[in-house]
Amino acid sequence: MASTAQDPSAPLLRGDKKEEDRDEETEFSPFFGIEKGLVLQEARIFNSPQIDARKCQQVITKLLYLLCQGETFSKKEASEVFFSVTKLFQNKDSNLRRMVYLVIKDVCPSADEVIIITSSLMKDMNSKTDLYRANAIRVLCSILDSQLLGQIERYLKQGIVDKSPVVSSAVLVSAVHLLEGNSEIVKRWTNEIQEAQHNVHSMVQFHAVALLHALRANDRLAVSKLVSDLIKSSVRSPLAQCLLVRYVAQVIAESTAAPTGETRPFYDFLESCLRHKAEMVIFEAARAICNMRNVTLRELLPAVTVLQLFLSSSKPVLRFAAVRNINKVAQTNPGAVVNCNLDMEALISDSNRSIATLAITTLLKTSTESSVERLLKQMTSFMSDIPDEFKIVVVEAIRTLCLKFPQKYRALMNFLSNVLREDGGFDFKKAIVDSVLILIREIPEAKEPGLAHLCEFIEDCEFTYLSTQILHLLGLEGPKTKEPAKYIRYIYNRIILENATVRAAAVSSLAKYGALVPELRPRISILLQRALHDNDDEVRDRATLYLRELGGLNGSTPSQSDYIDLNWTLPNKNLETCLRQYLENGATQPFDLAIVPAAAAEKPRAETGKSKGASALANGPAPAAVKQEAEVTNHAAQLQAMPQFAMYGDLFKTCAAQQLTEEETEYSVLCIKHIFDGHVVFQFDCTNTVPEQVLEDVNVIVDLAEAEEFEEETLIPLPRMAYGAVGQCWAAFSKPAGALTTGRFVNTMRSRVKEIDPSTGEEEEEGYEDDYQLEDVEVAAADYIKAEAVSNFRNAWEAADAESEMTDDYGLGVKDSLQDAVEAVTAILGLKPCEGSDAVPPNARSHTVLLSGLLPGNVQVLVRMMFGIDMSRNVAMKLVVRSDGPETSEAIHQIIQNA
Amino acid sequence: MTVDPTIPRVSSMLLLDADGKRIAVKYFTPEWSTVPAQSAFEKSVFAKTSRTTAARGEVDITLFDEVVVVFKFVGDLMFYIVGTQEENELILSQVLTGFVESISLLLRGAVEKKTVLENLDLVLLAMDEIIDGGLLLETDATTIASRVTMRGAEENIPIAEQTLSQAYANVKEQIARSLLK
Repeated sequence: MASTAQDPSAPLLRGDKKEEDRDEETEFSPFFGIEKGLVLQEARIFNSPQIDARKCQQVITKLLYLLCQGETFSKKEASEVFFSVTKLFQNKDSNLRRMVYLVIKDVCPSADEVIIITSSLMKDMNSKTDLYRANAIRVLCSILDSQLLGQIERYLKQGIVDKSPVVSSAVLVSAVHLLEGNSEIVKRWTNEIQEAQHNVHSMVQFHAVALLHALRANDRLAVSKLVSDLIKSSVRSPLAQCLLVRYVAQVIAESTAAPTGETRPFYDFLESCLRHKAEMVIFEAARAICNMRNVTLRELLPAVTVLQLFLSSSKPVLRFAAVRNINKVAQTNPGAVVNCNLDMEALISDSNRSIATLAITTLLKTSTESSVERLLKQMTSFMSDIPDEFKIVVVEAIRTLCLKFPQKYRALMNFLSNVLREDGGFDFKKAIVDSVLILIREIPEAKEPGLAHLCEFIEDCEFTYLSTQILHLLGLEGPKTKEPAKYIRYIYNRIILENATVRAAAVSSLAKYGALVPELRPRISILLQRALHDNDDEVRDRATLYLRELGGLNGSTPSQSDYIDLNWTLPNKNLETCLRQYLENGATQPFDLAIVPAAAAEKPRAETGKSKGASALANGPAPAAVKQEAEVTNHAAQLQAMPQFAMYGDLFKTCAAQQLTEEETEYSVLCIKHIFDGHVVFQFDCTNTVPEQVLEDVNVIVDLAEAEEFEEETLIPLPRMAYGAVGQCWAAFSKPAGALTTGRFVNTMRSRVKEIDPSTGEEEEEGYEDDYQLEDVEVAAADYIKAEAVSNFRNAWEAADAESEMTDDYGLGVKDSLQDAVEAVTAILGLKPCEGSDAVPPNARSHTVLLSGLLPGNVQVLVRMMFGIDMSRNVAMKLVVRSDGPETSEAIHQIIQNA
Repeated sequence: MTVDPTIPRVSSMLLLDADGKRIAVKYFTPEWSTVPAQSAFEKSVFAKTSRTTAARGEVDITLFDEVVVVFKFVGDLMFYIVGTQEENELILSQVLTGFVESISLLLRGAVEKKTVLENLDLVLLAMDEIIDGGLLLETDATTIASRVTMRGAEENIPIAEQTLSQAYANVKEQIARSLLK
């Protein structure tokens, strides 16, 4: 061998040798002190007439090292390198040639430069040396365009059936990449690929099978034919066998479910793969079986059995793969994996903590009510030696479990409080506290023990954020318990021992006890008086304020607890602007809080929204949905703050906000529709984005010309719309109760605009009337639909009045996929998909979606949609609706017809 | 036409040193196309795996941020193969084994940072021979190693045409020669 590239003793950089000696302790890299400019200069030796192959190889390595370390070459530098590298094709050294192939792929020449090397590469493609052929093919295929592909197609085709595995693999893998843009050309090689499929070399077989399937992926019939052929001809390569298992799984997923009792097509094949000698194939088959739709216990059993064997394997990868799969099965079929519980309990002490955590969470899913306590005992030791992020997963699993078995709250709550006492980071503690808060909210019996645990926790809590959160909760919930007095000691201790932020929170919390529990009031007052001498302003101020408020309370009846404004709802920003104005005007009279606009009580609302979101998170919807839900609750809360709408009865639904203005105009107006049984209320969130003006008497005038069945009831204007603040004005309309009245509303914002002199900040006296056109708001039938899942769709469907059933067929036109069509229709209807039926199995040609929801007056609507897609991607839909009567069902059909 | 999702894929292959610094890396998916994204990813991979208590020298595995990472520590080096959550863990593990063993063959057992850096060309070539654009090209360590060293290129006898004993003799000769150097 000519090359000495493998000589480990020769350093790559002679120049760096000195550096290395000097600094041997810390840095022995041959690339120490490497610089791009220098290397590029060194690259000039590629151009010298006497090529030193060894030296060139070193320089190429340095170039690659730089690229690998994230260095980028400018276009000019890259093309310089590229041009000089092409010169090296004249050298005969094979190792150097190999490096040249590599560097060309990484430097990526531009299209007009490719031509320079194509002749050299094509020469190599016809070389006698297999490795030259293989590498030249790979390089050429990674840089060529389709025109060039046509020229070399002949060679590639031959290459597929080359007797050297390295050449055929190179062509086949390159062909998979080429499929993206040149599938037509690759299709012409099918005969050769089919021949390669029987190649004795297992990698070639694997590549050929993969490519054959990729060519047919869009043709169901061809895929199932390929599968039958492959099953008959024995596939030897384990990787190819894995592919075959995947294809079989696909075919099974696409075939319509067989009637119960009958075995699925190809199930026998999957089962036989469970006895394959390669673990890779066994696992692939087990996984495929577990993922089958509507898999039965009997079908699952053999798969679970092999997974169970893997659980006690000595290889971590096998254990991990098995436990992850079992975990997945446990979500849908907990019963099927109960047999593995013993093996999984052993995994709790696995040295790989990912495996241990998966085992724990699986056990938590499969555990029965009776085994919870035993499991918890085992976990206590486990918890102390896993990293925080795993602990969080476990805490979340415990929370789910507790919501599942509310009777076990005592044991689970105890477990949570025990881990709460252990060391842990903020995120971990927060996860626990959040869980406890959710349990307190969801399980009434858990409230008192939960509060007691939290009290103990704040005794020794190093996180201010959590302490204040808990103190706030104690203030809200404590006074309502049977013995509010017992919490006072914990709260007062905080006033003595903690930092200022916590002390302030504790003062507020204490004051709530004083306000809500008259018996405690004198004692609270005494405690608050002690806080008057606190060395922090905020604490003192709060104590003073609350003492005064409590003093006022003593005179009046206790029921007037709203006198003390414990839930400070005025937005700080509004208060700040008002106070500034007050000071500017000379502060002659006492400041009146009533002039502060109470609108946009964002702060405390946001908090309720957040905890709502957290509880939703426990059930696992996407974060985006949580955010939207939080927003909707937020808006609903704003509505409920308006006494004018109280007589409309219970709020049925709040729709998502709709923007009525273009972005970056002078005003921003959002419209939120609130639906009541006999009324519709529009909430307009208005923001003024121009600092130089202020708007007064803001009204949104709604024209009902295209909404004749609605009648205007009230308009509530926004008195003042200052720069940057969000304010609301409202419009309420009555409509026939129970009907799904629709219409289009044309809106204009009318206000009095007052310019502000930018130099003095003074407003002009008079101002002028201004009308601002907003976009239209439409009330559609879908707005009346509240998404509400039913737990058992079939039962609900049977129970619904069959007389009310309405059926119709619709053509939906060309869609990208069935999933798109399902999502589009579901969104239009605004109904809730049941039983996970909104997920279309990949490549399915037909699918049924079950939807349910409520109409005003809590009328239940059930919808069954059958979708079908044909070869040209035309989607057809059959819609069957059941509700309380044909009229309502007809209305649902109307929604689709109008969409 | 998008590429068939059933084909096993590798998202990235990494070779880091004992401090988590990159020695050689290859990324095959667009999500880590920028250098900062890559280095952030390497940092978190390293942080998640370096504390592992598993016996060194064993292929280990972890799951985080939607990816499956199989890894093996050899001396002061850390080998990683990253795949999507849906990938068969055992396939990834086979790729990793091929990666580690081919490097070990090429460096004649001296798998440590110093020799890897001194023979970075071999390491980069090996990575190129194992994965091509995210697709598995070869996982057998001996085959990879012989392709990297262009064995057979000079003699003009394609490996496929050698008999088994010939090939064995050839390999033996190569090793003997390299030991004598």
